[in-house]
Amino acid sequence: MSQYLLSTYAVEGEVPGAPRTPEEMQAFMQRVVALEAEMEASGTFVFGGALHDPEAATVVRMGGSDLVMTDGPFVEAKEHIAGFYIINADDLDAALAWARKVVDAIHHPIEVRPFRATGRVQA
Amino acid sequence: MTAGVAAHVDEAAVERVFREAYGQAVATLIRIFGDITVAEDAVQEAFVVASDRWRSDGIPPNPAGWIVTTARNRAIDELRRSARGRALHDQLGAVATTSHGPGMADRREDGPVRDDQLRLIFTCCHPALRTEHAVALTLRLLGGLSVDEVARSFLVSEAAMAKRLVRAKYKIKTAKIPYRVPSEADLPERLRSVLSVVYLIYNTGLDDPERTSLRSEAIRLAGALVELLPDEPEAAGLLALLLLSESRMPARTAEGALVLLRDQDRTKWDRTMIEEGHAIVRACIRRGQPGPFQLQAAIQAVHCAADSFQATDWPQIVALYDHLFSVMPTPVVALNRAIAIAEIEGPAAALTTLDAIAPDLDTYHLVHAARGTMLRRLGQPDAARAAFERAAHLAATKPDRRFLTQQIEELAEDAARMQPRRP
Repeated sequence: MSQYLLSTYAVEGEVPGAPRTPEEMQAFMQRVVALEAEMEASGTFVFGGALHDPEAATVVRMGGSDLVMTDGPFVEAKEHIAGFYIINADDLDAALAWARKVVDAIHHPIEVRPFRATGRVQA
Repeated sequence: MTAGVAAHVDEAAVERVFREAYGQAVATLIRIFGDITVAEDAVQEAFVVASDRWRSDGIPPNPAGWIVTTARNRAIDELRRSARGRALHDQLGAVATTSHGPGMADRREDGPVRDDQLRLIFTCCHPALRTEHAVALTLRLLGGLSVDEVARSFLVSEAAMAKRLVRAKYKIKTAKIPYRVPSEADLPERLRSVLSVVYLIYNTGLDDPERTSLRSEAIRLAGALVELLPDEPEAAGLLALLLLSESRMPARTAEGALVLLRDQDRTKWDRTMIEEGHAIVRACIRRGQPGPFQLQAAIQAVHCAADSFQATDWPQIVALYDHLFSVMPTPVVALNRAIAIAEIEGPAAALTTLDAIAPDLDTYHLVHAARGTMLRRLGQPDAARAAFERAAHLAATKPDRRFLTQQIEELAEDAARMQPRRP
């Protein structure tokens, strides 16, 4: 069994198909809940969820012997990761089939990338 | 072993066998070992052993089977030796040992060979790979072309092509692109990407004497796909399209310049290929499941059936383009349809259609070439010249540029003839 990171991307200022009314928001949440339940039931879901806006991020790095912190995301770009799932899948075709379901549910573009578990988390 | 016997083994024949066996052997070894690089290295080693042994013993009756057996044994030895290999060897111990059983080896290696190649072409042409990587990998692994040959076909250095192939193989391995024929539900979409890669290989072989082998390779791959997937009419459609296009090749250029369909010497067309292409198209029509490749083949079939340009069944061609546009609404299809319309409704009607689609295809030289042709026929030499010049500026191949330069020269000659003659 392999694992894949499905990261969902959002573009600042333009969110085509994003829920605008409370009804749309509710429908959106229902789709996400159903998707995650399906992932859970099939043993696909490892971990995942949505991220708060990049303005809430802090970058930490070594600067000489001190830790230096800067406000904001590591990459200043219009596009940012809006959320992610780590899933179990037999191969890329299986992972892509899940990616399609995620796209159908949340209407964001998705990057599918093979995940290599290190340390404690075993694939 | 005497020198006299050795001389019976034709070096060229060995080369040919290697090229034919490469795709089969690599595909089978990938099934056994699940790793492209292990398979390629083992086949390469088997070739070294073969070129030595065949020179003295002659070419064996089943050279591909010989290569597979030798390569498999080499790979198993290699895997036993290396630490990385031991783990892999344990994993696939079952597969490797069962194929050692008496009487099993040949059946296991020959029976599923075609299936192995089918699986491999779906891996190489997976839509998750960028097209230029898919094309290179297909030519290398299924076509048996050397890295250098693939590099020359795409006008890049051998080092750059080697890097491209390494990247593609890295992605297949790391992202686990599966090695199997896609499920029934995914097959139409995935087959489309395989057929497009084969079509692209053919088109890359057009108009360049250095790359003509790509055309025969594409026809060979299309033929193999038809054999492997007899229930897929689009595979048959692609084969017919390639055969019908290829049949006109002997008449398509003269002195290094492109010759338009209207001016081609039709006696030079290859009748055998036309008959084969026509037979496939008729079988496709009987099946009644048209798709983009079958429709393009049908259009070529109509052209090939006409004894002269004037005798072409243009209404039939326009009807086929209408059908094609309904399943593949691309600007290029619209362009070809407009050109066909000119033959029925005249250049003014065609120009109106062309002007409507031109903004979408501004960097495509054939739009400007077609506009130039229509403008010339309408007696607007200055506008025609501007269009041909733009086309020549955009054209990528030498025969295309030479053809367009000829058009510009002919416009100048038209103008000279129009001048009042001095007594």
